[in-house]
Amino acid sequence: MVTLSIADLVIAALLVLLLALLSLWQRAAISRQLVIAAVRTAVQLALIGLVLETLFANARLGWVTLLALGMLLIAGREVMARQERRFTGWWGYAIGTVSMFLSSFAVTVFALVVILGSDPWYAPQYAIPLLGMLLGNTMNGIAIAMDRLTSAAWEKRNIIEARLILGERWDRAVSDLRVQAVRSGMIPIINAMAAAGIVSLPGMMTGQILAGIPPVEAVKYQILIMFLIAVGTGLGTLAAVTIGSRHLFDERQRLCLERLRSG
Amino acid sequence: MSKTPPLLQIKNLRRLMLGPVSLDVDVGDCVCITGSSGTGKSQLLRALADLDPHDGQVWLGSRACSAMPPDEWRAAVGLLPPESGWWLPGVLEHFHNGMPVPLDRVGLTTAILDKPVTQLSSGERQRLALLRLLANRPRVLLLDEPTANLDPENTRRIEAVVTAYRREHDAAVIWISHDSEQVKRIANRHLELIDGELQEQEMEWAPWLH
Repeated sequence: MVTLSIADLVIAALLVLLLALLSLWQRAAISRQLVIAAVRTAVQLALIGLVLETLFANARLGWVTLLALGMLLIAGREVMARQERRFTGWWGYAIGTVSMFLSSFAVTVFALVVILGSDPWYAPQYAIPLLGMLLGNTMNGIAIAMDRLTSAAWEKRNIIEARLILGERWDRAVSDLRVQAVRSGMIPIINAMAAAGIVSLPGMMTGQILAGIPPVEAVKYQILIMFLIAVGTGLGTLAAVTIGSRHLFDERQRLCLERLRSG
Repeated sequence: MSKTPPLLQIKNLRRLMLGPVSLDVDVGDCVCITGSSGTGKSQLLRALADLDPHDGQVWLGSRACSAMPPDEWRAAVGLLPPESGWWLPGVLEHFHNGMPVPLDRVGLTTAILDKPVTQLSSGERQRLALLRLLANRPRVLLLDEPTANLDPENTRRIEAVVTAYRREHDAAVIWISHDSEQVKRIANRHLELIDGELQEQEMEWAPWLH
């Protein structure tokens, strides 16, 4: 494997600076954001690199769990921020976070114990990247699905209430919305699986190949990851849409749009 | 001898600025509610259909609203809101219980059943929404200006269909109207909603209603 020196990174950073100057010259008004984002990338990744080095050296279940929970809470915040009409109060945060906990954590632990069988099962060089990839993707799926569910409920109040009025239960009255929401949350990973290897070489596989792993081995890992992500995203989306659609109604099955943020 | 309870009994119902409202509605009653815009007439009907949270209690016969599953309650106490909602592409798909009355009795023809919902006029939607509600056989009809978009001829048709339904099915009707002539034609009781409270109005004696 070719290891990178600081000088190598400086060369790449110069390219980014060049791009920033180019966009400044073009008055694209994006150079500031570009530089800030590039600095953030360097600082954040350097920090997580240090954290992982330390963690690998002290591979205790407690530390792994702590980092995993930290990742979960940050992902939960991200899911909340990406919804235009999220639920007000704690629900807005809790639905996404609990769903990701149920799906990403369960799938990661299952893969570590049953499929990978690493020793110990929580070995951080497997557990943390795996959880990271799962969280990143379920986060996307759940955010899209919840955004779809809540904005559709807001727009289709007439229809949902028309169905309630005619004596339908709440779950039937929002059945169309639920199907749509789950579908839109799942579509990114389905598309990614369909295009994998043809349109794009997935990042993890590329990384392993760069690190010197034989391509066939890297492909096996990538297939495993894709399947895990699909299952994680599917379970997470289903959980979020199930909890979320129930919370659109109160105990008398009344549609409670005041539980959504109005703007 | 114990008195049979009214078909719909409302006790101290409150919702936002509305209430307290108390009202007994008997089998065969057609109660008209009038009042200027924004006084909460629609709020009252929505609360009666248990679509909005409210204080106080409502009974259907001897069964309290809070003691009935909400879907059962709403099927029995049927609301016709000012704007109807349609969730399937075609008209006919919404009528899985069949047509309660022939379409010509509300001034429509069967050709309308094959139309996509998006091509209906507001008046057509309103009449079809009433039929869809009647097909559910509710015991109480809560009608929120059901003739607002209709010409005089079709208004009379709707009045006749509702009156016939009320008699044939021992139902009761609460009808929100802005038209005092309509009140005289259809109602045996007239209440006006003023400052959130219902006030009984004098009715001219209309023997054909009794």
